[in-house]
Amino acid sequence: MKRELLTGNRAAALGALLARVDYLPAFPITPQTEIIETIGAWIEDGKMDCRMVTMESEHSMITAAGAAAVTGVRVFSATSSQGLLYGTEMLYTVAGWRAPFVLVNVSRGLSAPITLEPDHNDIMAVRDCGFLQVHCATCQEVLDSMIMAYRLAEDEKVRLPVIVNFDGFYLSFTREPVEVPTPDAVDSFLPPFDPGSIRFRANEPLSEGVAVLGGAAYSYFRYEAHLASEQGIEVFEKIAAEFSDCFGRSYGVLETYKSEDAEFTFVMIGSFATKAKDAVDRLRDVGWSIGLVRPRLLRPFPKEAIAKALKNKKGVAVIDQNLAAGLGGVLYTELSSVLYNQKGAPDVLLSFIGGLGGRDITPEDFYQIAAVTRKAVEDGETPPPRLLYSEEELLEVRKLQSVARAARQTRGGGK
Amino acid sequence: MYRIRFHGRGGQGMKTASRILGKAFFLEGYEVQDAPRYGAERRGAPMFAYVRASKEQINERGIIRHPGLVVVADESLIAVPAAGVMQALRSDSILLINSMEKTKLWQDRLNFKGRIIALTQSPSGKGWDEMRFIGAICAGGAARLAGVIQETTLTLAINEELAHLGSDVVQTNLEMALTAFNELKNDTGIVKEGKPVRADDYRPPSWIELSWEDPKLSAPAIHAAATSEKLITGQWRTMRPVIDYSRCNRCWWLCSTFCPDGAIHLDKERYPQIDYNHCKGCLICLAQCPPHAVSAVAEPVAEAQKREGE
Ligand code: SF4
Ligand code: SF4
Repeated sequence: MKRELLTGNRAAALGALLARVDYLPAFPITPQTEIIETIGAWIEDGKMDCRMVTMESEHSMITAAGAAAVTGVRVFSATSSQGLLYGTEMLYTVAGWRAPFVLVNVSRGLSAPITLEPDHNDIMAVRDCGFLQVHCATCQEVLDSMIMAYRLAEDEKVRLPVIVNFDGFYLSFTREPVEVPTPDAVDSFLPPFDPGSIRFRANEPLSEGVAVLGGAAYSYFRYEAHLASEQGIEVFEKIAAEFSDCFGRSYGVLETYKSEDAEFTFVMIGSFATKAKDAVDRLRDVGWSIGLVRPRLLRPFPKEAIAKALKNKKGVAVIDQNLAAGLGGVLYTELSSVLYNQKGAPDVLLSFIGGLGGRDITPEDFYQIAAVTRKAVEDGETPPPRLLYSEEELLEVRKLQSVARAARQTRGGGK
Repeated sequence: MYRIRFHGRGGQGMKTASRILGKAFFLEGYEVQDAPRYGAERRGAPMFAYVRASKEQINERGIIRHPGLVVVADESLIAVPAAGVMQALRSDSILLINSMEKTKLWQDRLNFKGRIIALTQSPSGKGWDEMRFIGAICAGGAARLAGVIQETTLTLAINEELAHLGSDVVQTNLEMALTAFNELKNDTGIVKEGKPVRADDYRPPSWIELSWEDPKLSAPAIHAAATSEKLITGQWRTMRPVIDYSRCNRCWWLCSTFCPDGAIHLDKERYPQIDYNHCKGCLICLAQCPPHAVSAVAEPVAEAQKREGE
C-alpha cells in the first residue's frame, strides 16, 4: 500500500478507477470537474477501460447513469450543487428503478446568491430521494468510501444508488496523505458487479419504472425501497468490517471521537468535523469531558447508533452547515426525531448553524459552542438556535450595502 | 504545526508552489495538507494557496490564520485589500516578498513588526522574465526558511510535481528554486511552528443575532446600472497589451472586435484605445492584430516605463 498526496477529487477518481467502472456519463460543474477531467485523461491514456459520455445536462446524466446501471454494468458519475438539484427529478426516478450505481456529490452552497464555496444544503435537498448517502471527512475516506459504496449499492439486500458526499474546496481541492490500496487488493474486496436479475438487453425487452395507478402498488414499491435503504445499516457494517480486515481502516455508520465517556458532545457531518476533533482535543487539554459524534451514513439514518452514542449525555450541540428555510438546521431536526421518547436522551440538545457558503468555523466558535452548551445544562434551559455569525461579519455586509446604496443614489435606478 | 500561505495571481503558479512545498514536507516525513483557494478560477485574479505540515495528524482545515510564513509572489497584491496578504499575521510571522524593492522599503511601507525578507533580485538577474518560474522560486525560498527540508528532498519534490511538464521545464524550475533556496541560506529555519488556540484562553467570537430587515435591503440585488465598471479588473493583468500606433493600420478593428472584455474602444480618429482599468491582459488583441501592432509588456516594466515617461 502506497501513501501519496491526493486531493479529494483525485481520490474519488481513483476510487472509480480501482472499482473498474464501466460507464461514466459526465457534465462539468465546479468544484467537481477535476474528477471527470482526471478520469477522462486516464481513459485517453489507456490507463482506464471505461466509456465516458459527456451529456448536455445533469438531468440527462442521471438518466443515463440509471439506464446504464440496469443493463448490469458498473456506473459512476459526479456532480455538485446546482447540478445535483437540476438532476433531482431523475434521482428519485432512478432510485425507484432500484438501479445500483455510485454518484459523487461535491458539496457547494446553492444559489441565490451564487457561491462556489461549500455547505450542505445541496445534499440535504435530496436526502429523501432514495439514494443512500455516505459523508466523508478526509480524502482517505473519499477513496475508501468509493470502494465500499459499490459493495453497498450492489448488495442484493439494498440494490439502490449511493451518493458519496464530500465538501468542495476543503476536500475537493485539498491534498492530504492517502493510502492507496493495490488494484489486486481492491479486486478481491470488490469483485466484478454480479447484476443478478438486472440485465436489460435489446433482445430481452424490459420496462423500468412502470406506471402504477391506484396507491396499493405505488405504496408497495416505494415502501420496499425504504426498507431496502434501512437494510443499508447492517450491510454497511458488514462491508466495513470486511474492509477493515482487508485494508486496516475501520469505518462505522458513525464516527465517534472520545465521546464514549464524555458529558458533552458535538454532532456534525463532513470535513469540518475534523476541526471539531481538534476542538475536542484542546477542550480536553483544559479539563473538559467532551467528544464528537459524526454520522457517516446519513441515509439510511443510523437511528439506533445515534441514540446509543448520545445516551446519558448532559449536553449535545448539533452543528448544521445547512439551513432549511422556515425551519432551521436539518441535522438538528432529524436528531430530535431520533432522540424524542428515548430513555437516557441528552438533557439538552442545542442547534448551531454555521459554515454556510464556506464560512469558516473557528476554534473559538467551537469553544464557545461548548461553553454555551454547558451553560444550558447548568440552567436547564435550551437557548434558541444560534447562527454562527460575528459582529465583524455583519460590518462587512453593511459596508457592501452602503456601497450599493451610494451606487443607487448616484446612478439611479430604483429607490 | 507549520502554517504557510502563498499569495499570487491566478496563473503565477502558487498552487504549484504549495504542492512543491507540501510534497517536500511529505517526503521529509511530515503529515501535510496543501490547497489552492480561488474565487472564480481565472488568470490574474488574486488567489492564495496554503500548506500545513506537522509531525502529528492534521485536523485543522481551511484558510490559515496566524501563518508562520507568508510568501508574496506579486508585490502589487499587498495594496489590494481583497487579496488579504496581511491578514491575521502573528508578530513573529515572516514575510517573504518577491520584489525589486529593498527589504527596508517594505519595512517602512508596511509598518510590520515581524521579519520581512525581500528576494530583491530574480535569481539570475534576468528580471521579470523569471516571473514564469515564480512558483518554484517561492517554494524554494519557503523550504529554506522552514529549515527542515533538505536540498535533495526539494529536488525530488520538484521532479515529482513537475514531471508531467517535461524534463526541460523541470530543470529550469529546479535551478530557480535552488537559487532561491541557496540565497536564503543564512535564514535557515527562521519560520517557527505555530501553536493551537488554547481553549481556556481565547477571545470569544462576537456572535450577534441577525434580525429581520426590509427585503429592499436584505435581498441580494444591485439596484444600479454599470456597477461592473467600478471593479478595476485591470488589476488582474500580469502582461499589458501596448499598441504601437505607427504600425496600427486601423484594419477593421480586429482587436476591439475580439476583446472579450469590451476594453478597446475607438477614438475620434478611429484608432483603438485600450481601457487599462478593465483590460484583463488576455492578449487576444495581440494574437488577432494583422500588422502585429500590439505587443505585450510585463506590468512592472510597463509601470516603470510609465513613471519614467512622466
Ligand atoms: S489584452 Fe487585449 S483583448 Fe485582452 S482584455 Fe486586454 S485589451 Fe482586451
Ligand atoms: S487589430 Fe491591430 S491594426 Fe487592427 S485596429 Fe487593432 S491594433 Fe490596429
